[in-house]
Amino acid sequence: MATTTEFSLAELLICACADVWKNDGEVLATGIGIIPRIAQGLAKRTHSPDLMITDGEAFLTEEPVVIGAKSHEGRAYAGYMPYSRVFDLLWHGRRHALVGPVQVDRWGQANIACIGDFAKPKRQMLGMRGFPGNSINHTNSMFVPNHSTRVFVDGQVDVVCSVGYRDENWPKGVKRDYAAVHQIVTNLCVLDFAGPDHAVRVVSLHPGVSFDEVQENTGFELIPVDGLGETAHPTEEQLDVIRSLDPRDFRARQIKDNPPGVRS
Amino acid sequence: MSTDKTLTARDVVAELRDGMTIGIGGWGPRRKPMSLVREILRSDLKDLTIVGYGGADMGMLCAANRVKKLIYGFVSLDFIPLEPFFRAAREAGAVEALELDEGMLHWGLRAAAMRLPFLPTRVGLGTDFLQNNPDMKTIASPYADGETLLALPAIKLDVALLHTHVADRRGNTRLYAPDPFFDEWIARAADRCFVSCETLVDEIASDENDAKYNLFERSLVNGVVEARGGAHPSSNVSLNDDSGYGWDVPHLKRYCEAAAEEGGWQKYADEFLGADEADYQKAVGGLDAITSLPRQVF
Repeated sequence: MATTTEFSLAELLICACADVWKNDGEVLATGIGIIPRIAQGLAKRTHSPDLMITDGEAFLTEEPVVIGAKSHEGRAYAGYMPYSRVFDLLWHGRRHALVGPVQVDRWGQANIACIGDFAKPKRQMLGMRGFPGNSINHTNSMFVPNHSTRVFVDGQVDVVCSVGYRDENWPKGVKRDYAAVHQIVTNLCVLDFAGPDHAVRVVSLHPGVSFDEVQENTGFELIPVDGLGETAHPTEEQLDVIRSLDPRDFRARQIKDNPPGVRS
Repeated sequence: MSTDKTLTARDVVAELRDGMTIGIGGWGPRRKPMSLVREILRSDLKDLTIVGYGGADMGMLCAANRVKKLIYGFVSLDFIPLEPFFRAAREAGAVEALELDEGMLHWGLRAAAMRLPFLPTRVGLGTDFLQNNPDMKTIASPYADGETLLALPAIKLDVALLHTHVADRRGNTRLYAPDPFFDEWIARAADRCFVSCETLVDEIASDENDAKYNLFERSLVNGVVEARGGAHPSSNVSLNDDSGYGWDVPHLKRYCEAAAEEGGWQKYADEFLGADEADYQKAVGGLDAITSLPRQVF
């Protein structure tokens, strides 16, 4: 496949995000935010046509909806997915969500609830939302567009909203089999938890980024995978699909100054 | 003669008492029974426990100091991710909070609906939920698996407040929203349920397809209130009749700006709340302006 050097960081991230669903088969793909949402459409339109996705509201579509559409005209629906069914489905496990945490720790635990004391938070954020249920029932990945030690914290996140690999946080006898953190796509690299005892590995570096730079911006120790290489560049085919899913270029406004995908 | 359950918003609020636990239907900025919430704001009710998937309903009740405790899956306006008056109340430590996973909240309502003390779930385990809520208990499965589960207590409601598209005098309803959310379970978890609607008719007598949009039976409904435009500033999208409207972005922005001003809530209330719903609708530009708000596209 032809690759190109003419792509933005946002487009590279969309492609890397789409890859989190590779080989998932027939699951509900839920990308939260513009880049993950374009990514779920890209995955479905390219390597993972069996994915189920919604219109962003209550219906399943086999043709991803265009980001920023002004009307519902021309949309075709394959199925129904109101929130009651989302919970039924996700408790059953056939889902892989790509979510945006505020803090993440070395155990893959994420926080979106608040900063500080729960009874009187220094900063109330979103609350736990769906993180506890999602994380104990199905595989999750994360998207972090601002890779820094503020996000990837030293020690544990302020509020553990989604479960991770820290043994002492699991009461005895709780079933952990369905919980998995697959990958974290950041603006610098792709991470996973496949090291010894779920240690965090750098799986690939985005063009122009060094391992040391990633490590400096992370509050815990990282392991490079053997033969650590560069994150795959978008192909012309992927870029065409991205343009068709986001014709008004919302992706250009997701990362500050819309930098190029290959850092000079 | 069958029972006529027609009430006014004022009649509904006259049934409420200080300290009650009230479940509110809808989801964030969608299909909130705001005309009933506004009537609570015009009353002197206080110390309420408010339960639901919150939006400006919870924010306004917090802003007006009517809330002792919130039980929520979130409190959000969607396009404004965090309800600012809710945030202020939390950061001031002004309200107690039971912050639940979204799915957990409906599970607790289901337990109450089935008159069970609790329902088991894995959700919440392995997170800080138990640490933040020391009253919550786990339970061991009595079967061979022996699995440890959370025993999520029933979330019992004194009163449910819901907004639908159509209702009749007996309490039959039609809910034509793309997503009905968890209104059914809020109705079932409550001792009494009051429903406001866009259109009140003497008797709903439709075909089978339309009858499928009756999502909870009339024995659950104690009162119906006609409130055209009553969800404003939240949306009330309808897929089956022309009663629908989107949420009011400029109004919600104006409301959120009030949270950043000194005395902002009082200014908002003085400007908009009025003595009744007719006053409110006049202050926000009239009923036609409300019902012609375009549906949001995602």
